[in-house]
Amino acid sequence: MNGSTPASIPIIEVAQLCKRYDGFIAVDSISFTVRAGECFGLLGPNGAGKTSAIRMIYGFTPLSGGRLRVFGLDIATHWRQIRARIGVCQQDNTLDPDLTVLQNLDIFAGYFQIPSRLARERADELLHFFALEKKRDAKVGELSGGLARRLTLARALINDPELIILDEPTTGLDPQSRHLLWDRLQRLRARGKTLLLTTHYMEEAAQLCDRLLIMDHGKILIQGNPAGLITDHIGASIIEVVGAGPELTAFLSDRHIDFDRMGQRLIIYNHGDNEVEQALRTTFHHQQCTFRTATLEDVFLRLTGRELRE
Amino acid sequence: MIPRGNISWRFLSVWRRNLIVYRRIWKVNFMVPLLEPAFYILAFGLGFQGLVTELSYGGQALTYTQFMAPALIGISIMYNSFFETTYASFVRMYYQKTFDGMMTTPLSLEEIILAEIVWSATKAAAAALIMLLVLGLFGFVAFPSGLLVVPLAFLGGLAFGAVGMFFTGITPSIDMFNLPIFLFITPMFLFSGTFFPVAGLPSWAQSVALCFPLFHLVELIRLFCLGRVETAPLLSFSYLIVFTLSFLLLALTTMRRRLIK
Repeated sequence: MNGSTPASIPIIEVAQLCKRYDGFIAVDSISFTVRAGECFGLLGPNGAGKTSAIRMIYGFTPLSGGRLRVFGLDIATHWRQIRARIGVCQQDNTLDPDLTVLQNLDIFAGYFQIPSRLARERADELLHFFALEKKRDAKVGELSGGLARRLTLARALINDPELIILDEPTTGLDPQSRHLLWDRLQRLRARGKTLLLTTHYMEEAAQLCDRLLIMDHGKILIQGNPAGLITDHIGASIIEVVGAGPELTAFLSDRHIDFDRMGQRLIIYNHGDNEVEQALRTTFHHQQCTFRTATLEDVFLRLTGRELRE
Repeated sequence: MIPRGNISWRFLSVWRRNLIVYRRIWKVNFMVPLLEPAFYILAFGLGFQGLVTELSYGGQALTYTQFMAPALIGISIMYNSFFETTYASFVRMYYQKTFDGMMTTPLSLEEIILAEIVWSATKAAAAALIMLLVLGLFGFVAFPSGLLVVPLAFLGGLAFGAVGMFFTGITPSIDMFNLPIFLFITPMFLFSGTFFPVAGLPSWAQSVALCFPLFHLVELIRLFCLGRVETAPLLSFSYLIVFTLSFLLLALTTMRRRLIK
């Protein structure tokens, strides 16, 4: 840990951040703060503006408006100092296919001007940390998706960053690889690293993030801690009914109980209302019902809508 | 526009990356400059000796192979650097997303692009050195002046590397490189005093040749290999410098426009 940012200064400070691509608004005046040592999630459907926001944070894309500070430094003027202290795990595989696993780490360290002996020490450590030792001399093209992602994350840590930015780190991975990666991210957090991640997996966000925000069409819809967001927007539990007829929807509308329709399924946000449960058991008992606890996915779908995006 | 402070010696770390990749298959990389001049000299030496016994260049009678040998080095410099910053750089930029990865580190886009161009010049200079030694064995190069071809090859490599990178900055797809090759590289390959002296062409064609960087490069290589030229060496040298700087600027500008969004 370099630890050169005083605890009072937020790691990331975003205020009225905007990104426009000729006529199209990708990020529309968003504001949020990431504190030292926390894991912060950016959630949203495809095209919500998550990647645009992240790219501005690591100084890849210039801002169209607003203010952006990382470690208390302005990204526009101090991008080099900032990038020296962050690790970025991009969505696309940007590993160098012309090089071996070890060379990927070694050469990447060179971009940070890390002395070669220190670079080799860190590379060995990281290969061990991500269980890649056996692949040390393999060519990158020979790696499976899970191994490649682990190497990408290892590479992002070569400069011992204070802030780690992860753009959909587990997309397309098998459950084993995903759990290994979650475990490693938890361990990094335990070491005091700050994490900023985007993901489509609500289970992942609920498990990893201290706080998160959900954005859509470039705007922030809500932000807070996962449990709080579930309680505030959905309540504790949910009832799903398959093949509900118009009598049930009329019953719910009469009582001002929120529900969403998703194909054959009716999702009822009953807020612990016993009356609905009672009615389902007695009046509508012929229908197939599931009583379950509310999840972050319910919050997400509630806010961003259930229709397909692409 | 190039932001101030975006160019530093850090570009050498990207240059080093390309060197390491090149060294992995150095035997194959060395084979071409080693064998190509030998093939050309054999083919033209054997094939043309009955047709062209000698020709006049810079007021001196030369055999055809003597005349052509220095041009082979110039052509090789052009191809080595131009193909590196077009096809090879495009693959790294577009398909491998190597530049995207680099731009998460303290490297600027300008440093990455500069490193690619300097690397292409390094590759051209290495090829020129090998060819120089092969052609020297045939007796086509005067030493030690011939060794000046190596730094000259580096300058020529920068010129063609920069113009190649400019095309990479504006090409919509990798297939479109056929266009600059067909309209720019091939005419230059043929009409730069490479296979026949420019002095024998009609005056309009001579003026066109004067615009070709390869013409000036070949003239300077002849100066160092044969000890004579037909045009003013200082002019050729200045032309190469101005050409290099102009396209370096254009390459950096177009690549910034292409990649920073």
